[in-house]
Amino acid sequence: MSPETATANNHRAANDAAPPFIAIRHVGKTFTTLRGDQINALVDIDCAIGDGTFITIVGPSGCGKSTLLRILAGLIPITTGRVEIGGDAVTGPRRDIGMVFQSSILLPWRTVLDNVMLPAEILGIPKAQARERALSLLSMVRLEGFENKYPQELSGGMQQRASIARALLHDPKILLMDEPFGALDAMTREQMNLELQRIWQKSGKTVVLVTHSISEAVFLGDRVLVMTPRPGRLETVIPVKIARPRGLDGMATPEFGGITHEIRRLLKQEGTIE
Amino acid sequence: MADVSKLSSTTTAPAPLSRWKMRLIRRPEIVLSPILLVTVLGLWEGGVRFFDVPSYMLPRVSTIIYGLYQGFAISIFSRGGYWLNGAVTLAEVLLGFVIGSAIGLVLGIFISQIRLLDATLRPYIVAFQCLPKVAIAPIIVMWFGYDITSKVVMVTMLCFFPLLVNCMVGFRSVDTDRIELLRSLSATPSQIFWKVKFPSALPFIFAGLDIAAVFAIVGAIVGEFVGAQLGLGVQILSMNAQMDTAGSFSVCIVLAVMGLVLNYSIRAVQRRVLFWAPSEAIQQPINV
Repeated sequence: MSPETATANNHRAANDAAPPFIAIRHVGKTFTTLRGDQINALVDIDCAIGDGTFITIVGPSGCGKSTLLRILAGLIPITTGRVEIGGDAVTGPRRDIGMVFQSSILLPWRTVLDNVMLPAEILGIPKAQARERALSLLSMVRLEGFENKYPQELSGGMQQRASIARALLHDPKILLMDEPFGALDAMTREQMNLELQRIWQKSGKTVVLVTHSISEAVFLGDRVLVMTPRPGRLETVIPVKIARPRGLDGMATPEFGGITHEIRRLLKQEGTIE
Repeated sequence: MADVSKLSSTTTAPAPLSRWKMRLIRRPEIVLSPILLVTVLGLWEGGVRFFDVPSYMLPRVSTIIYGLYQGFAISIFSRGGYWLNGAVTLAEVLLGFVIGSAIGLVLGIFISQIRLLDATLRPYIVAFQCLPKVAIAPIIVMWFGYDITSKVVMVTMLCFFPLLVNCMVGFRSVDTDRIELLRSLSATPSQIFWKVKFPSALPFIFAGLDIAAVFAIVGAIVGEFVGAQLGLGVQILSMNAQMDTAGSFSVCIVLAVMGLVLNYSIRAVQRRVLFWAPSEAIQQPINV
Protein backbone atom coordinates (compact mmCIF):
# COMPACT_ATOMS: atom_id res chain seq x y z
CA MET A 1 0.00 0.00 0.00
CA SER A 2 2.92 2.40 0.60
CA PRO A 3 3.67 3.06 -3.12
CA GLU A 4 0.04 4.15 -3.45
CA THR A 5 0.60 6.78 -0.76
CA ALA A 6 3.38 8.30 -2.80
CA THR A 7 1.28 8.50 -5.97
CA ALA A 8 -1.60 9.97 -3.99
CA ASN A 9 0.59 12.77 -2.75
CA ASN A 10 1.97 13.39 -6.23
CA HIS A 11 -1.53 13.63 -7.63
CA ARG A 12 -2.50 16.17 -5.07
CA ALA A 13 0.59 18.28 -5.74
CA ALA A 14 -0.06 18.29 -9.48
CA ASN A 15 -3.78 18.66 -9.00
CA ASP A 16 -4.22 22.27 -10.07
CA ALA A 17 -2.28 21.85 -13.31
CA ALA A 18 -3.73 18.49 -14.45
CA PRO A 19 -6.99 18.27 -16.44
CA PRO A 20 -9.96 17.54 -14.15
CA PHE A 21 -10.65 13.88 -13.45
CA ILE A 22 -14.33 14.47 -12.79
CA ALA A 23 -15.86 17.35 -14.76
CA ILE A 24 -19.32 18.58 -13.79
CA ARG A 25 -20.43 20.99 -16.51
CA HIS A 26 -23.53 23.17 -16.01
CA VAL A 27 -25.48 20.27 -14.57
CA GLY A 28 -29.16 20.74 -13.88
CA LYS A 29 -31.66 18.21 -12.53
CA THR A 30 -35.41 18.67 -12.55
CA PHE A 31 -37.75 16.20 -10.89
CA THR A 32 -41.40 15.94 -11.81
CA THR A 33 -43.64 15.13 -8.88
CA LEU A 34 -46.62 12.77 -9.12
CA ARG A 35 -48.88 15.82 -9.34
CA GLY A 36 -46.92 17.07 -12.33
CA ASP A 37 -45.06 19.88 -10.56
CA GLN A 38 -41.50 20.58 -11.61
CA ILE A 39 -38.89 20.77 -8.86
CA ASN A 40 -35.42 22.11 -9.55
CA ALA A 41 -33.18 19.89 -7.45
CA LEU A 42 -29.98 21.19 -9.02
CA VAL A 43 -29.33 24.32 -11.05
CA ASP A 44 -26.20 24.98 -13.10
CA ILE A 45 -23.67 23.05 -11.01
CA ASP A 46 -20.23 23.59 -12.47
CA CYS A 47 -17.02 22.29 -10.98
CA ALA A 48 -13.96 20.15 -11.59
CA ILE A 49 -12.48 17.52 -9.32
CA GLY A 50 -8.82 16.56 -9.59
CA ASP A 51 -7.54 13.00 -9.52
CA GLY A 52 -6.73 11.76 -6.03
CA THR A 53 -8.32 14.68 -4.22
CA PHE A 54 -10.73 14.56 -1.32
CA ILE A 55 -13.79 16.66 -2.03
CA THR A 56 -16.52 17.24 0.54
CA ILE A 57 -19.96 18.60 -0.23
CA VAL A 58 -21.75 20.35 2.60
CA GLY A 59 -25.15 21.94 2.78
CA PRO A 60 -28.48 21.76 4.56
CA SER A 61 -30.98 19.07 3.69
CA GLY A 62 -32.77 19.67 0.41
CA CYS A 63 -29.78 21.34 -1.25
CA GLY A 64 -29.41 18.46 -3.70
CA LYS A 65 -26.05 17.19 -2.45
CA SER A 66 -27.14 13.56 -2.39
CA THR A 67 -28.72 13.99 -5.82
CA LEU A 68 -25.41 15.28 -7.15
CA LEU A 69 -23.63 12.25 -5.72
CA ARG A 70 -26.15 9.85 -7.30
CA ILE A 71 -25.63 11.63 -10.61
CA LEU A 72 -21.86 11.05 -10.34
CA ALA A 73 -22.61 7.37 -9.58
CA GLY A 74 -24.70 7.15 -12.73
CA LEU A 75 -27.75 6.11 -10.71
CA ILE A 76 -29.97 8.95 -11.93
CA PRO A 77 -29.82 10.82 -15.25
CA ILE A 78 -29.26 14.57 -15.51
CA THR A 79 -31.70 16.98 -17.12
CA THR A 80 -29.19 19.47 -18.52
CA GLY A 81 -25.42 19.76 -18.76
CA ARG A 82 -22.76 17.07 -18.83
CA VAL A 83 -20.79 14.94 -16.39
CA GLU A 84 -17.47 13.42 -17.42
CA ILE A 85 -15.23 11.02 -15.59
CA GLY A 86 -11.77 10.57 -17.06
CA GLY A 87 -13.02 12.19 -20.27
CA ASP A 88 -16.04 9.89 -20.78
CA ALA A 89 -19.61 11.10 -20.33
CA VAL A 90 -21.42 9.39 -17.45
CA THR A 91 -24.49 7.58 -18.77
CA GLY A 92 -25.02 4.87 -16.14
CA PRO A 93 -23.35 3.05 -13.26
CA ARG A 94 -19.63 2.55 -13.79
CA ARG A 95 -17.27 -0.18 -12.69
CA ASP A 96 -14.63 2.25 -11.45
CA ILE A 97 -16.83 3.71 -8.71
CA GLY A 98 -17.29 2.48 -5.17
CA MET A 99 -20.18 3.77 -3.12
CA VAL A 100 -20.74 4.10 0.61
CA PHE A 101 -24.23 4.93 1.80
CA GLN A 102 -25.62 6.45 4.98
CA SER A 103 -26.39 3.00 6.33
CA SER A 104 -23.90 0.21 5.80
CA ILE A 105 -26.36 -1.93 3.77
CA LEU A 106 -24.55 -5.14 4.65
CA LEU A 107 -26.60 -8.18 3.69
CA PRO A 108 -27.49 -9.98 6.94
CA TRP A 109 -27.32 -13.48 5.40
CA ARG A 110 -23.69 -13.04 4.38
CA THR A 111 -20.63 -13.02 6.60
CA VAL A 112 -18.55 -9.85 6.74
CA LEU A 113 -16.07 -11.38 4.29
CA ASP A 114 -18.80 -12.42 1.84
CA ASN A 115 -20.32 -8.96 2.08
CA VAL A 116 -17.01 -7.35 1.22
CA MET A 117 -16.63 -9.79 -1.70
CA LEU A 118 -20.07 -8.92 -3.13
CA PRO A 119 -18.72 -6.52 -5.81
CA ALA A 120 -16.42 -9.31 -7.06
CA GLU A 121 -19.41 -11.57 -7.76
CA ILE A 122 -21.17 -8.80 -9.64
CA LEU A 123 -18.19 -7.65 -11.63
CA GLY A 124 -16.85 -11.15 -12.30
CA ILE A 125 -13.56 -10.83 -10.45
CA PRO A 126 -11.97 -14.28 -9.79
CA LYS A 127 -12.87 -15.50 -6.31
CA ALA A 128 -9.40 -16.31 -4.99
CA GLN A 129 -8.10 -12.91 -6.02
CA ALA A 130 -11.12 -11.14 -4.52
CA ARG A 131 -10.77 -13.06 -1.28
CA GLU A 132 -7.17 -12.06 -0.87
CA ARG A 133 -7.99 -8.43 -1.54
CA ALA A 134 -11.02 -8.52 0.78
CA LEU A 135 -8.87 -9.85 3.62
CA SER A 136 -6.26 -7.15 3.14
CA LEU A 137 -8.96 -4.45 2.96
CA LEU A 138 -10.57 -5.80 6.13
CA SER A 139 -7.25 -5.49 7.90
CA MET A 140 -6.88 -1.96 6.52
CA VAL A 141 -10.22 -0.97 8.07
CA ARG A 142 -9.12 -2.80 11.26
CA LEU A 143 -11.62 -5.63 11.08
CA GLU A 144 -9.23 -8.56 10.96
CA GLY A 145 -10.67 -11.43 12.97
CA PHE A 146 -14.24 -10.44 12.08
CA GLU A 147 -14.29 -12.03 8.58
CA ASN A 148 -16.63 -14.83 9.57
CA LYS A 149 -18.94 -12.80 11.80
CA TYR A 150 -22.33 -11.70 10.57
CA PRO A 151 -23.05 -7.95 10.24
CA GLN A 152 -25.61 -8.06 13.07
CA GLU A 153 -22.78 -9.01 15.44
CA LEU A 154 -20.85 -5.81 14.65
CA SER A 155 -21.24 -2.31 16.08
CA GLY A 156 -22.49 0.52 13.86
CA GLY A 157 -18.99 1.91 13.33
CA MET A 158 -17.60 -1.53 12.44
CA GLN A 159 -20.44 -2.13 9.99
CA GLN A 160 -19.68 1.14 8.25
CA ARG A 161 -15.97 0.26 8.08
CA ALA A 162 -16.91 -3.06 6.47
CA SER A 163 -19.00 -1.19 3.92
CA ILE A 164 -15.99 1.02 3.12
CA ALA A 165 -13.92 -2.12 2.55
CA ARG A 166 -16.66 -3.41 0.23
CA ALA A 167 -16.68 -0.14 -1.71
CA LEU A 168 -12.92 -0.49 -2.28
CA LEU A 169 -12.92 -4.18 -3.23
CA HIS A 170 -12.90 -3.75 -7.00
CA ASP A 171 -10.20 -1.09 -6.67
CA PRO A 172 -12.38 1.77 -8.00
CA LYS A 173 -10.73 5.06 -8.91
CA ILE A 174 -13.51 7.01 -7.22
CA LEU A 175 -15.14 6.59 -3.83
CA LEU A 176 -18.53 8.28 -3.44
CA MET A 177 -19.80 8.61 0.12
CA ASP A 178 -23.30 9.74 0.99
CA GLU A 179 -23.35 10.97 4.61
CA PRO A 180 -21.52 7.79 5.61
CA PHE A 181 -21.19 8.65 9.30
CA GLY A 182 -24.51 10.45 9.76
CA ALA A 183 -26.01 7.61 11.75
CA LEU A 184 -23.09 7.27 14.17
CA ASP A 185 -22.65 8.93 17.55
CA ALA A 186 -20.31 11.95 17.75
CA MET A 187 -17.32 10.12 19.21
CA THR A 188 -17.44 7.19 16.82
CA ARG A 189 -17.87 9.69 14.04
CA GLU A 190 -14.63 11.51 14.89
CA GLN A 191 -12.81 8.19 15.02
CA MET A 192 -14.25 7.28 11.62
CA ASN A 193 -13.12 10.61 10.19
CA LEU A 194 -9.56 9.86 11.28
CA GLU A 195 -9.84 6.33 9.87
CA LEU A 196 -11.18 7.58 6.58
CA GLN A 197 -8.37 10.10 6.22
CA ARG A 198 -5.86 7.32 6.85
CA ILE A 199 -7.56 4.95 4.40
CA TRP A 200 -7.70 7.65 1.74
CA GLN A 201 -4.02 8.53 2.18
CA LYS A 202 -3.16 4.84 1.86
CA SER A 203 -5.29 4.13 -1.18
CA GLY A 204 -4.94 7.32 -3.21
CA LYS A 205 -8.57 7.33 -4.39
CA THR A 206 -10.55 10.34 -5.49
CA VAL A 207 -13.17 10.76 -2.77
CA VAL A 208 -16.39 12.75 -2.94
CA LEU A 209 -18.09 12.83 0.47
CA VAL A 210 -21.46 14.38 1.17
CA THR A 211 -22.16 15.55 4.70
CA HIS A 212 -24.32 17.97 6.63
CA SER A 213 -21.61 18.50 9.23
CA ILE A 214 -19.52 21.59 8.50
CA SER A 215 -16.63 20.51 10.72
CA GLU A 216 -16.54 17.05 9.11
CA ALA A 217 -16.45 18.68 5.68
CA VAL A 218 -13.55 20.94 6.63
CA PHE A 219 -11.67 18.22 8.51
CA LEU A 220 -11.70 15.81 5.58
CA GLY A 221 -11.81 17.92 2.45
CA ASP A 222 -9.07 19.29 0.23
CA ARG A 223 -11.86 21.49 -1.02
CA VAL A 224 -15.35 21.98 0.35
CA LEU A 225 -18.26 22.52 -2.03
CA VAL A 226 -20.85 24.59 -0.22
CA MET A 227 -24.37 24.10 -1.54
CA THR A 228 -27.59 25.99 -0.81
CA PRO A 229 -31.17 24.75 -1.25
CA ARG A 230 -34.32 25.73 -3.19
CA PRO A 231 -33.09 25.45 -5.86
CA GLY A 232 -29.93 23.39 -5.21
CA ARG A 233 -26.99 25.55 -6.23
CA LEU A 234 -23.24 25.41 -5.73
CA GLU A 235 -22.66 28.49 -3.59
CA THR A 236 -18.88 28.40 -3.53
CA VAL A 237 -15.83 26.16 -3.36
CA ILE A 238 -13.56 26.65 -0.35
CA PRO A 239 -10.03 25.25 -0.40
CA VAL A 240 -8.77 23.83 2.90
CA LYS A 241 -5.00 24.17 3.03
CA ILE A 242 -4.43 22.44 6.36
CA ALA A 243 -1.51 19.98 6.29
CA ARG A 244 -2.14 16.21 6.28
CA PRO A 245 -2.53 14.07 8.18
CA ARG A 246 -4.91 16.23 10.14
CA GLY A 247 -5.53 15.42 13.78
CA LEU A 248 -8.58 16.05 15.89
CA ASP A 249 -6.56 18.68 17.78
CA GLY A 250 -6.41 20.65 14.56
CA MET A 251 -10.11 21.38 14.93
CA ALA A 252 -9.23 23.82 17.72
CA THR A 253 -6.86 25.92 15.59
CA PRO A 254 -7.85 29.42 14.37
CA GLU A 255 -7.31 28.28 10.76
CA PHE A 256 -9.90 25.51 11.12
CA GLY A 257 -12.25 27.78 13.02
CA GLY A 258 -11.91 30.47 10.36
CA ILE A 259 -12.96 28.14 7.56
CA THR A 260 -15.93 26.64 9.42
CA HIS A 261 -16.99 30.15 10.39
CA GLU A 262 -16.80 31.27 6.75
CA ILE A 263 -18.98 28.33 5.62
CA ARG A 264 -21.48 28.94 8.39
CA ARG A 265 -21.62 32.61 7.37
CA LEU A 266 -22.25 31.69 3.72
CA LEU A 267 -25.09 29.34 4.63
CA LYS A 268 -26.58 31.88 7.05
CA GLN A 269 -26.46 34.56 4.38
CA GLU A 270 -28.62 32.31 2.24
CA GLY A 271 -31.09 32.03 5.09
CA THR A 272 -30.62 28.29 5.48
CA ILE A 273 -29.35 28.37 9.06
CA GLU A 274 -31.20 30.22 11.79
CA MET B 1 -12.60 -5.69 35.78
CA ALA B 2 -10.97 -8.04 38.29
CA ASP B 3 -13.60 -7.20 40.90
CA VAL B 4 -16.42 -7.91 38.50
CA SER B 5 -15.12 -11.36 37.58
CA LYS B 6 -14.64 -12.20 41.26
CA LEU B 7 -18.20 -11.19 42.00
CA SER B 8 -19.72 -13.25 39.22
CA SER B 9 -17.65 -16.32 40.10
CA THR B 10 -18.88 -16.27 43.71
CA THR B 11 -22.51 -16.01 42.69
CA THR B 12 -22.27 -18.92 40.22
CA ALA B 13 -20.29 -21.16 42.59
CA PRO B 14 -23.19 -23.23 44.02
CA ALA B 15 -24.68 -23.62 40.54
CA PRO B 16 -23.95 -27.36 39.91
CA LEU B 17 -26.07 -28.29 42.93
CA SER B 18 -29.24 -26.63 41.75
CA ARG B 19 -29.14 -26.55 37.97
CA TRP B 20 -32.58 -28.02 37.77
CA LYS B 21 -33.89 -25.59 40.33
CA MET B 22 -32.30 -22.65 38.51
CA ARG B 23 -33.95 -23.68 35.29
CA LEU B 24 -37.25 -24.13 37.06
CA ILE B 25 -37.09 -20.64 38.55
CA ARG B 26 -36.24 -19.11 35.21
CA ARG B 27 -38.80 -21.08 33.19
CA PRO B 28 -41.55 -22.40 35.48
CA GLU B 29 -43.71 -23.15 32.42
CA ILE B 30 -41.72 -26.32 31.66
CA VAL B 31 -43.40 -27.86 34.71
CA LEU B 32 -46.62 -25.86 34.74
CA SER B 33 -47.66 -26.84 31.18
CA PRO B 34 -47.64 -30.62 31.82
CA ILE B 35 -49.35 -30.08 35.20
CA LEU B 36 -52.12 -28.13 33.45
CA LEU B 37 -52.59 -30.90 30.87
CA VAL B 38 -52.81 -33.64 33.49
CA THR B 39 -55.20 -31.55 35.62
CA VAL B 40 -57.56 -30.78 32.72
CA LEU B 41 -57.58 -34.41 31.54
CA GLY B 42 -58.12 -35.59 35.12
CA LEU B 43 -61.04 -33.20 35.64
CA TRP B 44 -62.48 -34.32 32.30
CA GLU B 45 -62.24 -38.01 33.14
CA GLY B 46 -63.50 -37.50 36.71
CA GLY B 47 -66.30 -35.13 35.69
CA VAL B 48 -67.62 -37.43 32.97
CA ARG B 49 -67.62 -40.40 35.39
CA PHE B 50 -69.09 -38.39 38.29
CA PHE B 51 -71.95 -36.76 36.36
CA ASP B 52 -72.46 -39.89 34.26
CA VAL B 53 -72.31 -37.99 30.95
CA PRO B 54 -73.40 -40.21 28.04
CA SER B 55 -70.35 -41.18 25.97
CA TYR B 56 -71.86 -39.96 22.66
CA MET B 57 -72.02 -36.43 24.21
CA LEU B 58 -68.58 -36.38 25.82
CA PRO B 59 -66.53 -39.57 25.99
CA ARG B 60 -64.07 -40.32 28.76
CA VAL B 61 -60.41 -39.50 28.12
CA SER B 62 -59.57 -43.16 28.61
CA THR B 63 -62.10 -44.19 25.95
CA ILE B 64 -60.59 -41.71 23.48
CA ILE B 65 -57.11 -43.11 24.12
CA TYR B 66 -58.45 -46.64 23.69
CA GLY B 67 -60.09 -45.56 20.42
CA LEU B 68 -56.72 -44.21 19.29
CA TYR B 69 -55.11 -47.58 20.12
CA GLN B 70 -57.86 -49.49 18.29
CA GLY B 71 -57.49 -47.30 15.20
CA PHE B 72 -53.81 -48.11 14.92
CA ALA B 73 -54.05 -51.73 16.10
CA ILE B 74 -55.96 -52.70 12.93
CA SER B 75 -54.18 -53.91 9.77
CA ILE B 76 -52.55 -51.07 7.84
CA PHE B 77 -54.71 -51.88 4.81
CA SER B 78 -58.02 -51.87 6.68
CA ARG B 79 -60.49 -49.26 5.42
CA GLY B 80 -61.62 -48.67 8.99
CA GLY B 81 -58.13 -48.11 10.43
CA TYR B 82 -56.08 -44.95 10.92
CA TRP B 83 -53.11 -46.20 8.89
CA LEU B 84 -54.77 -46.28 5.48
CA ASN B 85 -57.04 -43.27 6.07
CA GLY B 86 -54.20 -41.31 7.63
CA ALA B 87 -51.96 -42.13 4.67
CA VAL B 88 -54.60 -40.93 2.19
CA THR B 89 -55.13 -37.66 4.07
CA LEU B 90 -51.38 -37.15 4.47
CA ALA B 91 -50.86 -37.76 0.74
CA GLU B 92 -53.54 -35.15 -0.09
CA VAL B 93 -51.97 -32.68 2.32
CA LEU B 94 -48.41 -33.13 1.11
CA LEU B 95 -49.24 -33.20 -2.61
CA GLY B 96 -51.50 -30.15 -2.36
CA PHE B 97 -49.01 -28.32 -0.16
CA VAL B 98 -46.11 -28.86 -2.54
CA ILE B 99 -48.07 -28.10 -5.72
CA GLY B 100 -49.98 -25.12 -4.26
CA SER B 101 -46.92 -23.56 -2.63
CA ALA B 102 -44.83 -24.02 -5.77
CA ILE B 103 -47.44 -22.40 -8.02
CA GLY B 104 -48.01 -19.60 -5.51
CA LEU B 105 -44.28 -18.96 -5.22
CA VAL B 106 -43.61 -18.90 -8.96
CA LEU B 107 -46.66 -16.78 -9.80
CA GLY B 108 -45.99 -14.48 -6.84
CA ILE B 109 -42.43 -13.87 -7.99
CA PHE B 110 -43.53 -13.35 -11.58
CA ILE B 111 -46.32 -10.91 -10.70
CA SER B 112 -44.23 -8.91 -8.25
CA GLN B 113 -41.48 -8.35 -10.82
CA ILE B 114 -43.85 -6.64 -13.26
CA ARG B 115 -45.28 -3.51 -11.72
CA LEU B 116 -48.20 -3.18 -14.16
CA LEU B 117 -49.24 -6.82 -13.68
CA ASP B 118 -49.05 -6.40 -9.92
CA ALA B 119 -51.23 -3.27 -9.97
CA THR B 120 -53.76 -4.82 -12.37
CA LEU B 121 -54.21 -8.08 -10.47
CA ARG B 122 -54.03 -6.75 -6.91
CA PRO B 123 -57.75 -5.88 -6.44
CA TYR B 124 -58.81 -9.35 -7.60
CA ILE B 125 -56.29 -11.07 -5.38
CA VAL B 126 -57.49 -9.02 -2.42
CA ALA B 127 -61.11 -9.87 -3.29
CA PHE B 128 -60.29 -13.57 -3.53
CA GLN B 129 -58.47 -13.30 -0.22
CA CYS B 130 -61.72 -12.30 1.47
CA LEU B 131 -63.62 -15.26 0.03
CA PRO B 132 -63.68 -18.19 2.47
CA LYS B 133 -62.16 -20.65 0.03
CA VAL B 134 -63.57 -23.74 1.75
CA ALA B 135 -66.96 -22.52 0.49
CA ILE B 136 -66.15 -23.75 -3.00
CA ALA B 137 -65.25 -27.26 -1.80
CA PRO B 138 -68.56 -28.72 -3.10
CA ILE B 139 -67.90 -27.24 -6.55
CA ILE B 140 -64.40 -28.67 -6.62
CA VAL B 141 -65.64 -32.12 -5.61
CA MET B 142 -68.25 -31.90 -8.37
CA TRP B 143 -65.57 -31.01 -10.93
CA PHE B 144 -62.88 -33.46 -9.86
CA GLY B 145 -64.87 -36.34 -8.39
CA TYR B 146 -64.74 -38.38 -5.20
CA ASP B 147 -61.23 -39.72 -5.43
CA ILE B 148 -58.04 -38.12 -4.16
CA THR B 149 -57.76 -35.56 -7.02
CA SER B 150 -60.48 -33.23 -5.76
CA LYS B 151 -58.90 -33.10 -2.29
CA VAL B 152 -55.46 -32.38 -3.75
CA VAL B 153 -56.99 -29.55 -5.80
CA MET B 154 -58.68 -28.21 -2.67
CA VAL B 155 -55.42 -28.24 -0.67
CA THR B 156 -53.52 -26.77 -3.62
CA MET B 157 -55.92 -23.86 -3.77
CA LEU B 158 -55.71 -23.18 -0.05
CA CYS B 159 -51.89 -23.29 -0.07
CA PHE B 160 -51.60 -21.20 -3.21
CA PHE B 161 -52.90 -17.91 -1.78
CA PRO B 162 -50.70 -17.49 1.29
CA LEU B 163 -47.64 -18.02 -0.90
CA LEU B 164 -48.85 -15.70 -3.64
CA VAL B 165 -49.78 -12.90 -1.26
CA ASN B 166 -46.69 -13.21 0.93
CA CYS B 167 -44.47 -13.25 -2.17
CA MET B 168 -46.07 -10.07 -3.43
CA VAL B 169 -45.71 -8.38 -0.03
CA GLY B 170 -42.19 -9.72 0.42
CA PHE B 171 -40.83 -8.56 -2.91
CA ARG B 172 -42.51 -5.21 -2.53
CA SER B 173 -40.89 -4.58 0.84
CA VAL B 174 -37.29 -5.24 -0.28
CA ASP B 175 -35.10 -2.46 1.08
CA THR B 176 -34.52 -0.05 -1.83
CA ASP B 177 -31.06 0.78 -0.47
CA ARG B 178 -29.98 -2.80 -1.12
CA ILE B 179 -31.15 -2.55 -4.70
CA GLU B 180 -29.42 0.80 -5.16
CA LEU B 181 -26.18 -0.68 -3.79
CA LEU B 182 -26.27 -3.37 -6.47
CA ARG B 183 -27.26 -0.90 -9.17
CA SER B 184 -24.28 1.28 -8.23
CA LEU B 185 -22.09 -1.75 -9.00
CA SER B 186 -23.77 -2.05 -12.42
CA ALA B 187 -25.48 -5.33 -11.49
CA THR B 188 -27.84 -6.98 -13.99
CA PRO B 189 -31.54 -7.42 -13.10
CA SER B 190 -31.00 -11.15 -12.54
CA GLN B 191 -28.07 -10.48 -10.20
CA ILE B 192 -30.22 -8.00 -8.27
CA PHE B 193 -32.96 -10.63 -8.06
CA TRP B 194 -30.85 -13.53 -6.82
CA LYS B 195 -28.42 -11.67 -4.60
CA VAL B 196 -30.81 -9.24 -2.94
CA LYS B 197 -34.51 -9.49 -3.75
CA PHE B 198 -35.05 -13.22 -3.29
CA PRO B 199 -33.12 -13.58 0.00
CA SER B 200 -34.79 -10.41 1.32
CA ALA B 201 -38.24 -11.85 0.56
CA LEU B 202 -37.47 -15.26 2.11
CA PRO B 203 -38.81 -14.45 5.61
CA PHE B 204 -42.15 -13.58 3.99
CA ILE B 205 -42.10 -16.74 1.87
CA PHE B 206 -41.50 -18.88 4.96
CA ALA B 207 -44.30 -17.10 6.82
CA GLY B 208 -46.48 -18.04 3.84
CA LEU B 209 -45.39 -21.68 4.08
CA ASP B 210 -46.27 -21.71 7.79
CA ILE B 211 -49.80 -20.56 7.02
CA ALA B 212 -50.10 -22.91 4.04
CA ALA B 213 -49.22 -25.91 6.23
CA VAL B 214 -52.13 -25.16 8.55
CA PHE B 215 -54.50 -24.52 5.65
CA ALA B 216 -53.44 -27.74 3.92
CA ILE B 217 -54.95 -29.94 6.62
CA VAL B 218 -58.10 -27.80 6.81
CA GLY B 219 -58.49 -28.14 3.03
CA ALA B 220 -58.04 -31.91 3.03
CA ILE B 221 -60.57 -32.48 5.84
CA VAL B 222 -63.18 -30.13 4.38
CA GLY B 223 -62.73 -31.80 0.99
CA GLU B 224 -63.20 -35.21 2.57
CA PHE B 225 -66.29 -34.00 4.44
CA VAL B 226 -67.87 -32.96 1.15
CA GLY B 227 -67.16 -36.16 -0.69
CA ALA B 228 -64.49 -38.85 -0.53
CA GLN B 229 -64.04 -42.60 -0.25
CA LEU B 230 -61.06 -42.67 2.09
CA GLY B 231 -59.34 -40.34 4.53
CA LEU B 232 -59.52 -39.22 8.15
CA GLY B 233 -62.31 -36.77 7.30
CA VAL B 234 -64.41 -39.62 5.94
CA GLN B 235 -63.70 -41.57 9.10
CA ILE B 236 -64.85 -38.68 11.32
CA LEU B 237 -68.11 -38.54 9.35
CA SER B 238 -68.78 -42.27 9.61
CA MET B 239 -67.90 -42.36 13.30
CA ASN B 240 -70.22 -39.44 13.91
CA ALA B 241 -73.00 -41.28 12.11
CA GLN B 242 -72.45 -44.24 14.47
CA MET B 243 -72.33 -41.88 17.49
CA ASP B 244 -68.76 -43.04 18.09
CA THR B 245 -67.71 -39.66 19.55
CA ALA B 246 -64.63 -41.12 21.23
CA GLY B 247 -63.49 -42.30 17.78
CA SER B 248 -63.99 -38.81 16.31
CA PHE B 249 -61.92 -37.30 19.12
CA SER B 250 -59.15 -39.80 18.53
CA VAL B 251 -59.04 -38.93 14.81
CA CYS B 252 -58.72 -35.27 15.80
CA ILE B 253 -55.65 -36.18 17.85
CA VAL B 254 -54.12 -37.88 14.80
CA LEU B 255 -54.81 -34.73 12.76
CA ALA B 256 -53.28 -32.50 15.42
CA VAL B 257 -50.11 -34.59 15.47
CA MET B 258 -49.97 -34.47 11.66
CA GLY B 259 -50.25 -30.67 11.78
CA LEU B 260 -47.59 -30.40 14.47
CA VAL B 261 -45.10 -32.53 12.56
CA LEU B 262 -45.67 -30.56 9.35
CA ASN B 263 -45.32 -27.25 11.16
CA TYR B 264 -42.23 -28.41 13.02
CA SER B 265 -40.56 -29.59 9.80
CA ILE B 266 -41.07 -26.20 8.18
CA ARG B 267 -39.76 -24.38 11.25
CA ALA B 268 -36.71 -26.63 11.28
CA VAL B 269 -35.88 -25.73 7.66
CA GLN B 270 -36.67 -22.10 8.40
CA ARG B 271 -34.25 -21.98 11.31
CA ARG B 272 -31.46 -23.24 9.05
CA VAL B 273 -32.23 -20.99 6.08
CA LEU B 274 -33.26 -17.85 7.96
CA PHE B 275 -30.67 -17.95 10.72
CA TRP B 276 -29.99 -14.29 10.02
CA ALA B 277 -33.54 -12.99 10.30
CA PRO B 278 -35.06 -11.68 13.53
CA SER B 279 -37.00 -14.51 15.14
CA GLU B 280 -40.43 -12.88 15.29
CA ALA B 281 -42.37 -14.21 12.33
CA ILE B 282 -43.95 -11.95 9.77
CA GLN B 283 -47.51 -13.16 9.99
CA GLN B 284 -50.25 -12.03 7.66
CA PRO B 285 -53.85 -12.74 8.54
CA ILE B 286 -55.30 -14.71 5.66
CA ASN B 287 -58.80 -16.10 5.36
CA VAL B 288 -59.39 -19.82 5.11
